[in-house]
Amino acid sequence: MSIVAKFQIECFSCIDADGHAVAELPEFALDRDVLIELYRWMVLTRAFDERAITLQRTGRLGTYASSLGQEAVGVGLAHAMLAEDVLLPSFREHGAQLVRGVTAGEILQFWGGDERGSDFSGPRSDFPVSIPVASQAAHAVGAALAFKLSKAQRVAVAVLGDGATSKGDFYESLNIAGAWNLPVVFVVANNQWAISVPRADQTAAATLAQKAVAAGITGLQVDGNDVVVVRKAVSDALEQARNGSRPCLIEALTYRLSDHTTVDDASRYRDDEEVSAHWQAEPIARLRKHLIAVHGWTKEEESDLVELCAAEVDESADAYLAESPQPPETIFDYTYASLPQSLVKQRGELLALLKDADNGTEHEQ
Amino acid sequence: MNSNPQSSGKELTMVEAINLALRHAMTEDETVILLGEDVGIDGGVFRVTDGLINDFGAERVRDTPLSEALIGGLPVGLSAMGFRPVAEIQFMGFIYPIIDQLVNHASRLRTRTRGRLSCPLVIRAPFGGGIGAPEHHSESMEALFAHIPGIRVVIPSSPAKAYGLLLASIRDPDPVVFLEPKRLYRSERESVFDNGDALPLDQAFVLRSGADVTLISWGAMLTETLAAADLLAQESVSAEVIDVASVKFLDFETILGSVRKTGRCVIIHEAPLTGGLGGEIAARIADEGLMHLLAPIARIAGWDVVMPLPRLESHYLPSPNRIVAAVRRAMDYC
Ligand SMILES: Cc1ncc(C[n+]2csc(CCOP(=O)(O)OP(=O)(O)O)c2C)c(N)n1
Ligand SMILES: [Mg+2]
Repeated sequence: MSIVAKFQIECFSCIDADGHAVAELPEFALDRDVLIELYRWMVLTRAFDERAITLQRTGRLGTYASSLGQEAVGVGLAHAMLAEDVLLPSFREHGAQLVRGVTAGEILQFWGGDERGSDFSGPRSDFPVSIPVASQAAHAVGAALAFKLSKAQRVAVAVLGDGATSKGDFYESLNIAGAWNLPVVFVVANNQWAISVPRADQTAAATLAQKAVAAGITGLQVDGNDVVVVRKAVSDALEQARNGSRPCLIEALTYRLSDHTTVDDASRYRDDEEVSAHWQAEPIARLRKHLIAVHGWTKEEESDLVELCAAEVDESADAYLAESPQPPETIFDYTYASLPQSLVKQRGELLALLKDADNGTEHEQ
Repeated sequence: MNSNPQSSGKELTMVEAINLALRHAMTEDETVILLGEDVGIDGGVFRVTDGLINDFGAERVRDTPLSEALIGGLPVGLSAMGFRPVAEIQFMGFIYPIIDQLVNHASRLRTRTRGRLSCPLVIRAPFGGGIGAPEHHSESMEALFAHIPGIRVVIPSSPAKAYGLLLASIRDPDPVVFLEPKRLYRSERESVFDNGDALPLDQAFVLRSGADVTLISWGAMLTETLAAADLLAQESVSAEVIDVASVKFLDFETILGSVRKTGRCVIIHEAPLTGGLGGEIAARIADEGLMHLLAPIARIAGWDVVMPLPRLESHYLPSPNRIVAAVRRAMDYC
């Protein structure tokens, strides 16, 4: 017998749940302003999340997937990206989208059922959220191939859930990223649940990071509630991808503190005790503790920041609510670059119906 | 470029004509990237991409891992970032994983982003029966694709059509599924000019004009359809034969124009009857041309059975005799 392959998976962390540094901090994390910026994005994300849920509960937003508890993953990874990189998010990465420059109003617009929410005014090359789990991993390797072929120093970053790692297209994407040396980073936000299915029932693998091993690419774990280590790990991975075209898989360990979505009731499948235990490790409180202990973060600064975030969210929500819907016939207008003849006809039929309705020939509306 | 014909027409097989179109597209547009299983040094299992890796390099003619979900998904990202991928699925039997990507992404990225991102990609696949291929290699599933809003489905019926329609598909700004009837890959030669002229999508071709009945078909079934038209001519029945070519979108003007003239119509396809595109064409004729009909619309299609293995395959495929019989019924009707 001879051992022909061996692997180990490393797990990294920088700041623990009590706000203490447990490793040498990367340079950016010694900078008070940078930490405050990361903190602000996470607070904003949570404020946004709360508002979105309120809007949904009051019938003014569609089904919504909260990112409560996992803000550090999205914020950390997006903060590490360059503007010219491309984000391919799952449906739960509002923090990442906000940092990338997607506006809160656009995110609300999308979840409010309006396609214009995915016509981002900010990051024009970022992909819209992917609802079909893991399917965006394949787009990420396609985008990465585009960057490699055009010798652009850009990286594609796909964000997926733990459930996504059980899918074939996830593996097919890791595999080709390795075989072709593509500049792509996969971040798995392992929030321990895929709707009602716990991480342990998803796979017998000890870590999700080791799924990279079979594909011949780097895989590692980080404490996903530690925005500093997420940012650091993604930053390093981006560097490798950008300059060496080396793909990487980062498993960020976090926890979904919310229901799966606004139409889910997590109490059907998990205990409150489990959830409250995880509240002890959530990402915002720990960075606040660190800021207070190391950087003299004051109560006034805290309340100012919270107020500013609330105001920003208010403003976006008001703008979202004031938005009028797209004209109905626009459902035709982006199906093809130019409208095929048979769709011209169907579009005409819709317009005629609308005209009839205006003239009151349609029954009571 | 190698010794392929340039401006003078040359008698080519469909395989050679597709190769020529790919070569032309890759020469005129360096964002055109080929990918698929064995498309590189092997030139594809049908040799459609033969020699292209030599002329355009392994960067642009890419052997993928054996990975169909990826062959559907990767071109979405690649095309959204400015390239024009032409992906080959080796046989239709293995195309189904990409339907996820076609329905959920390629077909709708333009809509979802209100035009910000789009997918100018082509998926090519050999399809159809009649060559005694192994199990899972002979189905005709074009209707699955034609049902998807946001894509086009194109089926060539001859070498020159393949050349012009593939060029059009590659240049088209939206996703195109380009299905190649493999029975026609080498069965006939046709003069093909490598002049870069695309044939229009959304246009049917009248292959033969006639006065008594309209025969509508596409792909390899046009062989049987034209044979039936010959047989009918011996009975002094003059059949007009239409090659639909773009099964999505149908050139309904041409179809209706013909039916108006003949008053009779038989639709022939290799795909199973139920849910086949013959139903769509028949419904539209009924909708807009009922008053011109002298006889019921007939459909001659594959039976609604699992595609038989080669020994019984000929009993599945519509024959000229079945088509002739349907026409006779229509003629007798009125
Ligand atoms: C391919 C696919 N199957 C099923 C679903 C329905 N669904 C939506 S989210 C979800 C669970 C996803 O779990 P995970 O990947 O861990 O992401 P999370 O929701 O935890 O962020 C499921 C099954 C889907 N959207 N896509
Ligand atoms: Mg999960």
